[in-house]
Amino acid sequence: MSPVLAITRRELSGYFVTPVAYVFMVIFLVMAGFLTFYTGDFYDRGLADLQPFFDMHPWLYLVLVPAVTMPMWAEERASGTLELLFSLPVSISQAVLGKFLAAWGFIGICLVLTLPIWITVNYLGDPDNGVILAGYVGSWLMAGAFIAIGTCMSTLTRSQIVAFILTASVCFVLLLVGQPQVLDFLQDTVPPKLIGAMGQVSLFRHANAIARGVLDLRDLVYFFATIVAWLGASVVVLDLKRTR
Amino acid sequence: MIETERLTRCYGPLTAVDSLTLRAEPGQVVGLLGPNGAGKSTAMRMIAGFLTPTSGTARVCGHDVRKEPLAAKRALGYLPEGAPSYGEMTVREFLDFMVRVRGLDSDVAYRRFDEVVMRLELEEVLEQTIGTLSKGLRRRVGLAQAILHDPPVLMLDEPTDGLDPNQKHSVRMLIDAMARERTILISTHLLEEVHALCNRVAIIANGKLLADATPAELEARSRYHGAVSFSAQGSGVSREMLARIPGVSMVEVDPLDGRVTVFPKPGQPILEDVQTLLRTQNLEISEIQLERGRLDEVFRQITTLPRGGHA
Repeated sequence: MSPVLAITRRELSGYFVTPVAYVFMVIFLVMAGFLTFYTGDFYDRGLADLQPFFDMHPWLYLVLVPAVTMPMWAEERASGTLELLFSLPVSISQAVLGKFLAAWGFIGICLVLTLPIWITVNYLGDPDNGVILAGYVGSWLMAGAFIAIGTCMSTLTRSQIVAFILTASVCFVLLLVGQPQVLDFLQDTVPPKLIGAMGQVSLFRHANAIARGVLDLRDLVYFFATIVAWLGASVVVLDLKRTR
Repeated sequence: MIETERLTRCYGPLTAVDSLTLRAEPGQVVGLLGPNGAGKSTAMRMIAGFLTPTSGTARVCGHDVRKEPLAAKRALGYLPEGAPSYGEMTVREFLDFMVRVRGLDSDVAYRRFDEVVMRLELEEVLEQTIGTLSKGLRRRVGLAQAILHDPPVLMLDEPTDGLDPNQKHSVRMLIDAMARERTILISTHLLEEVHALCNRVAIIANGKLLADATPAELEARSRYHGAVSFSAQGSGVSREMLARIPGVSMVEVDPLDGRVTVFPKPGQPILEDVQTLLRTQNLEISEIQLERGRLDEVFRQITTLPRGGHA
C-alpha cells in the first residue's frame, strides 16, 4: 500500500473511533435539512430542484470544515507524533496529501448521506438530475478548497482553537469578497479591476456557479488551483518549521 | 552505520548541537550520554530527519539525510523521546499502520509483526487502545514500532526511561540481542545503562562532543581507577603505613563508615602491596575491592568543565 493511502486510511478510521465523525455527521445532516426546508424556501419556491440545499453548503462548511481540519497537524505537533510521522519514509507532500484525502473523503461520505433529500425531490417532482449531480460535485470541490485552507492553517500552530479560528476567518473572507452586496459596497473605494479580481478569487462566486448546475471548466480549474495552492503552502510551512 | 559530519543545530541564538562529528559502526551500541539539555535529542532528531540541520549533515547507511531523506529513513528504526504514538488507536491498528506506511511486503512483514509482538510481550494488549496503556507498555509499543521493519540502524532516545527494573532488563536484553549486526545509537542519562549496554560512549554537553571512548577507557580516567578500597576494624592505625607504600599517592578514609580508599599514582598497580601490608598488620578485613573507576565521577568531571575546555 502506498504511504499516501496508508495515511488516508489511518486518518479516516481516526475520525470514526472518536465521536468527531458522528457528531459532525449528525449536525451536518440536521442543519442541511433544516436550512434547506425552513430557511431556503424549499417548498414555497414550487420548483423541483436542490438549489436551496446547495446554497446553504458554503455556510455549513464555514463552521464545520474548520472543526474537521483543526486537529490535522496541530494535534500531531502538540502530542509529539509529528516526530514519529516525519521519521517514517514518507515525504511531507505525501503526508499532507494523505491527510487531505481523508478529510475530503469524509466530507464526501457526509454528502452521500444527504441522498434522502435528493430522493425527496425526485418523489415530489421531476427535477433535472444532471443539475443536481453537478451541484454535488461543486459542493464537494468547494469542501476540498475549505479543507485545503484548513490544512494550511493547522500546520501553522499547535493550538487547535487557533487553527479553527484562522480557517473560519480565511474562508469567511473568501466567501464574502464575492457577495454582490460587498462588491457594491466597495465600488466607490476600490478600482473596478480589483473588484473584478476579488470576484474571481471568491469561493462564493465559483460555488454559486456550480450550484446552478453549470460545470464550467474555469470553476473546476479555480477549485483545483485553490486546493493545490493551499496544500503546497502547507508543505512549505511544515518544511520551514523543521528548520526553525 | 550512522555518521554525522559537523552536525549543527541552532535555535535562535542558542546552539543546541555544535559541530558534532560522530560515527557508529555495525555491531556497536553507542551510548549518547549527557546531562539534560545537552543536545542528545536534537542530534537524534536531525539524524532521524525530523529537524533540518543548521549546518553539517548526517548519513544513515551512507544515505545523506539532506539529499536522500527517504532512503535514510527506510534504513532507520527510531524511538523518539517519550515514545509518542497515536493514543486513539489500538496497539494492533498502530503497528498495522506502521507496516502499511512503510510499504512492507505483507507476508514477511506479518511474520515479523508476530515476532516483534511476542518479543516485546504485547500479545495481551494488542486490542487495547494505546491511550489506556501504562507508560512502560507505551514505551514497548514505541520500541515495537522501531524494530518492526528490521532496520540495520536503530536509534533509541531514552529507551528505558519510565520502565521498572524488570522491564529495563528485558529491553536491555532485546537491544543486546539486536546489536550483533546492527548499528545502535541510544541516548541516556543513566550511567548503569552505559555499563549494561554500550561498547562505546559519546559524552556531550552544551551540544559539543566532549569524549568518545569505551566505558573501560572512561573508567580509566577516573581517579578511582586501580584504587583499592577496604573496610576493616581499627583501620585508622594503618593509614600512614599505607601511604608509605611505593606507588600510593593518597589514602582517604570515609568519615561515615570508616572505609579506606588507597589511590595509586597513575598506572601503578598497588593491590598486592596493599594486601601484603594488611596481612602483616593482622587486621580483620571484612571486604576488599579493586576499583575499576567510577563513571559518574568521570561524567561529572567531563561535563562540568568550563566551556571550551576539552577532556
